[in-house]
Amino acid sequence: MTHTLDRPDFEVIAGWIEPGHRVLDLGCGDGTLLKHLIDTRGVKGWGVEIEDANILAAIKKGVNVIQGNLERGLDEFADQAFDHVVLSRTLQTVRHTEGILREMLRVGREAVVSFPNFAYWKNLRSVLDGRMPVSEDLPYQWYDSPNVRFFTLLDFEALCDQMGLIIRERHVLDEGGNIVQAKDNREVNFLGSLAVYRLTQKH
Amino acid sequence: MSGQSVGIVTAQHAHFDQPLHLRSGSVLPAYDLTYETYGALNAAKSNAILVCHALSGHHHLAGRYADQPDNIGWWDNIVGPGRPLDTDRFFIVCLNNLGGCHGSTGPSSINPATGKPWGADFPIVAVNDWVHAQAKLADLLGIDTWAAVMGGSLGGMQALRWSITFPERVRNAIVIAAAPKLSAQNIAFNDVARQAILTDPDFHGGYYYEHNTRPLRGLRLARMLGHITYLSDDQMGEKFGRELRNGSFSFDFDVEFQVESYLRYQGDKFAGYFDANTYLLMTKALDYFDPSREDDGNLTATMGRTQANFLIVSFTTDWRFTPARSKEIVAALLANGRNVSYAEIDLNFGHDSFLMADPHYHGVVDAYLRNIKL
Repeated sequence: MTHTLDRPDFEVIAGWIEPGHRVLDLGCGDGTLLKHLIDTRGVKGWGVEIEDANILAAIKKGVNVIQGNLERGLDEFADQAFDHVVLSRTLQTVRHTEGILREMLRVGREAVVSFPNFAYWKNLRSVLDGRMPVSEDLPYQWYDSPNVRFFTLLDFEALCDQMGLIIRERHVLDEGGNIVQAKDNREVNFLGSLAVYRLTQKH
Repeated sequence: MSGQSVGIVTAQHAHFDQPLHLRSGSVLPAYDLTYETYGALNAAKSNAILVCHALSGHHHLAGRYADQPDNIGWWDNIVGPGRPLDTDRFFIVCLNNLGGCHGSTGPSSINPATGKPWGADFPIVAVNDWVHAQAKLADLLGIDTWAAVMGGSLGGMQALRWSITFPERVRNAIVIAAAPKLSAQNIAFNDVARQAILTDPDFHGGYYYEHNTRPLRGLRLARMLGHITYLSDDQMGEKFGRELRNGSFSFDFDVEFQVESYLRYQGDKFAGYFDANTYLLMTKALDYFDPSREDDGNLTATMGRTQANFLIVSFTTDWRFTPARSKEIVAALLANGRNVSYAEIDLNFGHDSFLMADPHYHGVVDAYLRNIKL
């Protein structure tokens, strides 16, 4: 399988975003996804990022980036200012999980969230073998990981349900970046390394 | 970020004989502006950057004078070949603002109506008046549209004002260590500084030139106070701590702590070359600055009139114009869907951080400027 970017979730996300949409990418890193969306989908994009080196890299790419801490909310953004608010592989690094999800759907019509699934079978096997998992989608050692929340695909869906969020679409990918085909949610949870969701508020 | 200095520079002067109608209702019948330029204006005239100075600044932004090799520009570290304001790419313009005391028409200039220095008769100028005068200089230089207008502190406010007053003439605005308007605390500091000058017996109601004297004590106090607000508590602690000049208490009111010595030195130095009436005018321009006033305080509506792309920069230890104040500008731009990037630089030098040659800070400005198409 070939990717224009080596992040398969970016392809899924790009496929959900219409040309000309306003996109906010939370934890945008060096701006790679935004740049991709601007170049290929003609979106208008802004990123939020905390790391100095990433701010510099994003500005070098000519991407709009706002330095800020997601834990402190999104005060500088007005209600429903964006078509899509993206949080790719970042939710597990945020302590205020419910807070950030609510903020995303305050400032945006739709939230796009991707995160590593801790219930992926290789991760489970690793824990059964007595070691914390290190994989393509969980590339850190336990002692240098930025991750502070450890959850599974099913955990996330339970939280969405509890918060009254609607899951509009879900793509689950294996470690190779291929879409997982499975007979039920339990099996998806077992086979998926990375999950990507489209969420909206209940109206 | 290293690069080179622009080297030897010379100041230039321009005379404008068309009246300038000021915000206060006064009219300045004619005026002079002193300015410097670095680099070359390209054929398309698309590479010009205006750098606006802050409270005590002037036109000598960068380089040094052939006859005064120690007189180095106030923001020399950011201008020159290979530096963020790269003179191999850009044509940089910096001028002394109206009301200044470095060559442009100001209170110490001769009032043609009386043949004597203007003194207190010089009209109070607003930031928007400066912007209009700067636009006249742009016209003279053949610059229709600035690639960027940029400044720190009060200079950043001028960049912001440019983007609102002349939206079609500014492609990029770089607003550093600024605020959309002063807080009550900011105004309070300015008023204490003004009171120090106004109550100096040598002030003579602003006509001190005719008395062959200057309100040095007041100006010195004003600068000492201002200087405290430019530094961070941490930095002062690191630089001076509670260190004593002579090692032990002397139980009198002479200079004892190193920080006192430093402030008095800064005050004396400043009072030696700056004009008190100019200081009064500059602080007043700061106090009056509030472009959102035209929109009943709605900054989002005001920023809706801009067309430029923006880079907003603040510093973590700046307590004069905190990062939160810069974020007000960012929020108003975002609400209008403007292209804006915002960097919050972790530097320990308080408000003065904007003048420091920090690699990350200069890297951000450099990266932003390199993406400007000429």
